[in-house]
Amino acid sequence: MADSSIRPFRVDVPDDELADLKRRLAAARFPSRELVDDRSQGVQLATNEELARYWANDYDWRRCEARVNALPQFLTTIDGVDVHFIHVQSKHEDALPLIMTHGWPGSIIELLETVGPLTDPTAHGGRAEDAFHLVFPSLPGYGFSGAPAELGWSPARVATAWAELMQRLGYARYVAQGGDVGAAVTDAMARQGPAGLVAVHMNLLVTALAGGPQPSETDEDKAAVEALATFRNSGFGYYLEQSTRPQTIGYALLDSPVALAAWMLDHDTDSYLKIADAFVNKEPTGNLTRDNVLDNISVYWLTATGASAARSYWERAHAQAAAAASGQPQPPAKVPVGFTQFPGEIFRAPRSWVEHGYPDVSYFNKVERGGHFAAWEEPQLFSEELRAAFRSLR
Amino acid sequence: MTDTAAVAHGTDIRPFAVAIPDDALVDMRQRIAAWRPPEKEPVDDQSQGVQLATMQRLAEYWATEHDWRRLEATLNALPQYVTNIDGVDIHFIHVKSSHENALPVIVSHGWPGSVIEQLKIIEPLTNPTAHGGSDADAFDVVIPSLPGYGFSGKPDETGWDPERIARAWAVLMERLGYARYVAQGGDWGTAISAAMGRQAPEGLLGIHVNFAQMMPLEMLVHIRNQEPAPDGLSDAEKKAYGQVLFNTYRRGYGVMMGTRPQTIGYLVADTPVGLAAWLLDHDTTTYAHLAALFAGQPYGDITRDDVLDNTSLYWLTNTAASAARLYWQLGVSGRNFYAAADVSLPSAVTVFPDEYVNAPRSWTEQAYHNLIYFNEADKGGHFAAWEQPQLFAEELRAAFRALR
Repeated sequence: MADSSIRPFRVDVPDDELADLKRRLAAARFPSRELVDDRSQGVQLATNEELARYWANDYDWRRCEARVNALPQFLTTIDGVDVHFIHVQSKHEDALPLIMTHGWPGSIIELLETVGPLTDPTAHGGRAEDAFHLVFPSLPGYGFSGAPAELGWSPARVATAWAELMQRLGYARYVAQGGDVGAAVTDAMARQGPAGLVAVHMNLLVTALAGGPQPSETDEDKAAVEALATFRNSGFGYYLEQSTRPQTIGYALLDSPVALAAWMLDHDTDSYLKIADAFVNKEPTGNLTRDNVLDNISVYWLTATGASAARSYWERAHAQAAAAASGQPQPPAKVPVGFTQFPGEIFRAPRSWVEHGYPDVSYFNKVERGGHFAAWEEPQLFSEELRAAFRSLR
Repeated sequence: MTDTAAVAHGTDIRPFAVAIPDDALVDMRQRIAAWRPPEKEPVDDQSQGVQLATMQRLAEYWATEHDWRRLEATLNALPQYVTNIDGVDIHFIHVKSSHENALPVIVSHGWPGSVIEQLKIIEPLTNPTAHGGSDADAFDVVIPSLPGYGFSGKPDETGWDPERIARAWAVLMERLGYARYVAQGGDWGTAISAAMGRQAPEGLLGIHVNFAQMMPLEMLVHIRNQEPAPDGLSDAEKKAYGQVLFNTYRRGYGVMMGTRPQTIGYLVADTPVGLAAWLLDHDTTTYAHLAALFAGQPYGDITRDDVLDNTSLYWLTNTAASAARLYWQLGVSGRNFYAAADVSLPSAVTVFPDEYVNAPRSWTEQAYHNLIYFNEADKGGHFAAWEQPQLFAEELRAAFRALR
């Protein structure tokens, strides 16, 4: 009964939608300037004004569209939702299939620059045995995937859908990777342990975000406790709002591009400061350039997915509340877990925390650069981490 | 004086009239008509926020039937003024009673409100003999727009917390020549009124609030740890505990404005529909009433026009961001909004049943050390003055009778 076909897909945004976006940007009305000289009241006016100016005058969506359309893209209907994904096969035989999941406020745009190093390692400082066949879907409700019309799309349900996707693609042995929401999905895949999944790698420790007590003995532990507390005290508003009232903010996110941009920029302090620097001082960090940032925001705008993406937090919160109410502990991860600590992440999860969350930690490393959007900001370094993390599992 | 710079630093009181340019109204209507709605929420209730059907009804009415000029005429029929206090232009309505010995009262609105919330109580308060009262019930009414709200100026420096607003209100009452007066408020107005009570400026006789700040410190510690209500509480205390716990940790709007008012500012400055949704989604009960209102159900004396008057005021003055900053300001002050008011001046409290925290008498008595009046009204909610103006006015008469 269910259609399991895989259909080719291309992005093709109509001209009038681009014209409408420019009109709205040109007519943008801003609030008065914040009363502080830092980001402690939120996205600074100078940042958002410059972003809007660049978006309206210099930014070219068609360049982004061409970049995405240069990659093999598909749609397939899983569990009632059209799932969009990019699928790049390596020319190397024995490449390891990898399903990689983006987060919020991200999209497939975050992962584009990893395609080269992961699928074509010999051209990017690696060896043939480092090669991956790469699958990166748009989460349900995000980007070019469909928005679920029914409830229940928790990270666990997405994880089940991803296993189905890998099976449809004929991959009998594969690994999974994710940060942010992608880490929640990857964590769920590890706990479900579908046939064929042999290991996972994550760059955000969702077991600590879920709130349970973590080891707090060493200085490193204590610093992570403090960073997490800071996030909960002053950086948690967007998380709470999306977890409880995604529809309410949805009205502004779909009706105003500068509202959408502000909401997406105000994620974590490290990435905000880097992106603000890219716009205000024209000094991008790594690959977080103005164009790349606006590619991602434009995907949200042009697909009108601000509300449906925010809803994934509501789904996760409901799933967590239901799990807590059931009194049943989560099943442990059934496959080895690799983790890379990027220094700019919301908190630097120490090895002790990763081991607290997962029984079999097969890889742990701390790197020198990168933040919450590690794959986006440092695609080469990120790819090297994935090569190292999965080397023993080939 | 005609030199505006000189005026801004003076202490004079200037007449004020609202006059929004036509093109601002045209722009507002065009934006509403061009709104890009999200898909319908996948739930059949308000559990994901303001429902699409509500916003569709609101946007339709706002773009086609709501008439800002009607409100403008109503406001301009009242005596309005601006005076500069502590560097900020304060807009206020000032209606004197025809009765001698009327008691002056300064009434402070809250979020997501404005002076529009208080318009309906002006008549019963200033002209009681026409509204079921006696001449001994008369008030002279002063209704300011909070700094950053409505037609008041937007502070260009930090520091305008409820304590500072309270000091400004005492200056305002002094400038108006009132040597004996009372203060009233709910929502932010309760925090301002309580701050006035603590500061006890010369002339202030007492306060009335329709939202009691009464949580004992030890309860706030439990709430800080997100613990269930401790043993030994009465049913009323347990209920209030649960309400404060919920509103501290489950209401994103307050957390968001308390930490990131500027970010929210972009969501409410560029899209009238986004602004309207943000203002509608205050507390569960109020939202349910407002959603029903746009579906044709009455909500006390609150009409669709009232709601859109208030929303349009935020839009046309572009003050939603500057208003939201008050939450941030409270956050950096370290004061907890729900903490016991600690007021020694005579205090009166009315608990409205649909308010999102129902103060128990036991804790209220500890928070207001000289509680001269406590009443549980049988109807009304967060916007009590707007929803039940006659009942609200009667509460003020009863509350302040002993202080005349």
